[in-house]
Amino acid sequence: MPMKFVPDNTNIPFVSFRFIAFGLTLLLTLGSLALLATRGLNLGVDFRGGLTIESEFKTAPKLDELRSQMDELGVGQSALTEFGSPRNILIRLPLPEPQGDDAAVQKVVAKVSSELKDNYPGVTIRRVESVSGKVSGELIQKGITAVLLSMLAVAVFTWFRFEWYFGISTVVALIHDIIVTLGFFALTQLEFDLNVIAAILTIVGYSLNDKVVIDDRIRENMRKFRKMDMGSLIDQSVNETLPRTVMTTVTILIALLVLLFLGPDVIFGFTAAMVLGIFVGTYSSVFVSSSLLLTMGVTPDKAAADAIRGEGTAEERAKARKAAERGRV
Amino acid sequence: MLDFPRWKIWMTLATLLVGTLFAVPNFFPAETVANWPAFVPRQQMNLGLDLRGGSHILLEADASDVRKSRLETLEEIARTELRQADDGAIPFLDMSMRDGAISFTVRNPTDVDRAVEAMRAISRPVGQLSATRDVDVSVVDGNRVVLRPTDAGIAAETDAAMKQAVEVIRRRIDELGTREPTIIRQGDTRIVVQVPGLQNPEALKSLLGKTAKLEFRLVDVDADPAQVAQGRAPPGSQVLPMVEGGAIAVKRRVLISGDQLVDSQPTFQDGMPVVSFRFDSVGGKRFAKATQENTGKPFAIVLDGKVISAPRINEPILGGSGIISGNFTTESANELAILLRSGKLPVALKVIEERTIGPDLGADSIRAGTLAAIVATIAVATLMIVTYGRFGVYACIALVLNVILILGVMSGIGATLTLPGIAGLVLTIGAAVDANVLINERIREEQRKGRNVFNSVDTGFREATRTIWDANSLNIIVAIIMFIFGTGPIKGFAVVLSIGIATSVFTNVTVVRLMVSNWLVRTRPTALHI
Repeated sequence: MPMKFVPDNTNIPFVSFRFIAFGLTLLLTLGSLALLATRGLNLGVDFRGGLTIESEFKTAPKLDELRSQMDELGVGQSALTEFGSPRNILIRLPLPEPQGDDAAVQKVVAKVSSELKDNYPGVTIRRVESVSGKVSGELIQKGITAVLLSMLAVAVFTWFRFEWYFGISTVVALIHDIIVTLGFFALTQLEFDLNVIAAILTIVGYSLNDKVVIDDRIRENMRKFRKMDMGSLIDQSVNETLPRTVMTTVTILIALLVLLFLGPDVIFGFTAAMVLGIFVGTYSSVFVSSSLLLTMGVTPDKAAADAIRGEGTAEERAKARKAAERGRV
Repeated sequence: MLDFPRWKIWMTLATLLVGTLFAVPNFFPAETVANWPAFVPRQQMNLGLDLRGGSHILLEADASDVRKSRLETLEEIARTELRQADDGAIPFLDMSMRDGAISFTVRNPTDVDRAVEAMRAISRPVGQLSATRDVDVSVVDGNRVVLRPTDAGIAAETDAAMKQAVEVIRRRIDELGTREPTIIRQGDTRIVVQVPGLQNPEALKSLLGKTAKLEFRLVDVDADPAQVAQGRAPPGSQVLPMVEGGAIAVKRRVLISGDQLVDSQPTFQDGMPVVSFRFDSVGGKRFAKATQENTGKPFAIVLDGKVISAPRINEPILGGSGIISGNFTTESANELAILLRSGKLPVALKVIEERTIGPDLGADSIRAGTLAAIVATIAVATLMIVTYGRFGVYACIALVLNVILILGVMSGIGATLTLPGIAGLVLTIGAAVDANVLINERIREEQRKGRNVFNSVDTGFREATRTIWDANSLNIIVAIIMFIFGTGPIKGFAVVLSIGIATSVFTNVTVVRLMVSNWLVRTRPTALHI
């Protein structure tokens, strides 16, 4: 007999937790914003401009020694981080001025590489990346545009496909998801690079999945149970979809955790962001976005009236009208 | 939902078969695949630079550079035209370059109309149909003529220069003998160069960063050495740095430029590395004339504004070929020869972004990524089977088919697999089964409501399909935005994600429904263990 992670017919009163949930959400959001304001993000070369050299040592070097060796080269303030293992070190340096002078960059790379080879026999340079301030500025702009545009697209789609209030509750929850993820990066000081933007967009995508599934059920139940109290209707919908929410979260988490522990080090930050995002997204779907509908004063009756008046597609209007007639009999 | 017409079954199977055929080459080494007959798909997925190792370099041209060199040529042409005007030379004063324009004063007010006429004649139309010309001619203060290149003219000039720059870069990289370089124009003033599997990226970058503008000019022997040391040169001359250090005064007039070179090779003279060059017939004649007229004088060989050497012309060089000596090493002589052979860049290019990944790192990433994909598939499959029994097995078959189809589509359209792309694949493995979870949970619900087997499966698929479409449409929108605004590796991630969303709806909904309906029709079960 197949097993079940969530028992049949759960009846968890999610809606009654909403004030705690809203409070927690507000706290998390404000906390993240505060972290972003005080600690800031540890921007990678993609967004800050500069030079990154990833090197693999035969044995783990002492970071203090390595740092002072780098500083003696006179190539600017260096930042060293372990990358995946103590033998892999990421060396970050500012780009020589004026930017765009490739010969100067080459000189810095050559200096660093010969210094490393002198002091640590057997060291290999695995990766060199240099991004000028001009390009990094554009990358920031493109990243922000991508995130904002995807939010807008989501809002418009949910508005067309559902009703406007689903659009609002979804986008509010998504903004929370994004801010908390950014806060996580401010807290852990994991490198924030281009890949993390992709991770954030993916979080938006999967968080949306959860919200659409629940919204879909709420809409279905709103049509079925027109006289039901909105709070219980939301509770019922969230409970009905709970086995699916848990199961999908688990399968995605399995894939991500495998990637986090077995996958390449280069995408550690990217995967970590997504693992966190899955938790945050699921939380905001179950506790926040659905309960927001109640706070906004949506009721099954009002929804039916809205649907008939003409928001949504013609097909939905016809369906809603029929449902309304059936409900009245 | 559960009845499948025969044609639909065949279509589904045919799609799976074609997808699999396209995926197959990826599981064999490239050498083996090359020997396969032509009627089977042989194309393998492209691997991104982050997986195979190599260099990605973004070059940018300075648009103001194009304007400046356009002004310089314009000044030269204007001088010539004024001297050679139809009804006798037009005397002018004070020709200068200021604020992006060339201007000069016509000495006799009566000549102004003729001067304007002559200047209009040098402007050319931009494009074939438009009335815009590349230079705007106007008169200020009665007798001062202003030549201003128009924006359209500069844009056309930049465009031509960039096209030529791409060609020059291609020639230079080909000289290095690297495999499959990608050289693409990006936007108005940028060029992306991607060279996979390069052992020595420094040589490449050193080649890309140089304009290679070669000029032969006379050394100004009359210049006062003390003045030269302070950077001052007599009129008509300028002080240029020497490659080996120090500075020298050379005449501004270029005797002959490197544009007319047809060949250049590294060679040895008295055991020292030198670079030989050969002019085409026109260049050869000019070189012969110039050396004849200036025998006994020193001339400077200037590369990108630096004097390589300034030898004395001992005798006229009539054969059109010669040798550049200087403080060369074998490598630098070879590099200069390549630069001269492939021609000068029409515009200076700067490296504004560079990513070089060692081949080891790429190989490690592929290994780790493949391992993660396999382990994730096994883990997710186990969980699905444990949770949903027979329906879990169907989901697993769909999962494997989905991975195969993603690989097939990627190979078929020639998409590039990047490291984030592998992550996207692993993520899709976890996310694709969401469709099955939705369907199966819905079937469970319908069962609990007391519906019979057929009815609950049918309702389960129908109700869940709507949700699946809504959720996946949204995800596709986000993936497309990611593709449009993403760069490099992120684009690769977005590609895998979009393909994965599309194929997963097919495998995890359509194919699973086919398997379920086949099982239901065949065995007509009375109870469902789900």
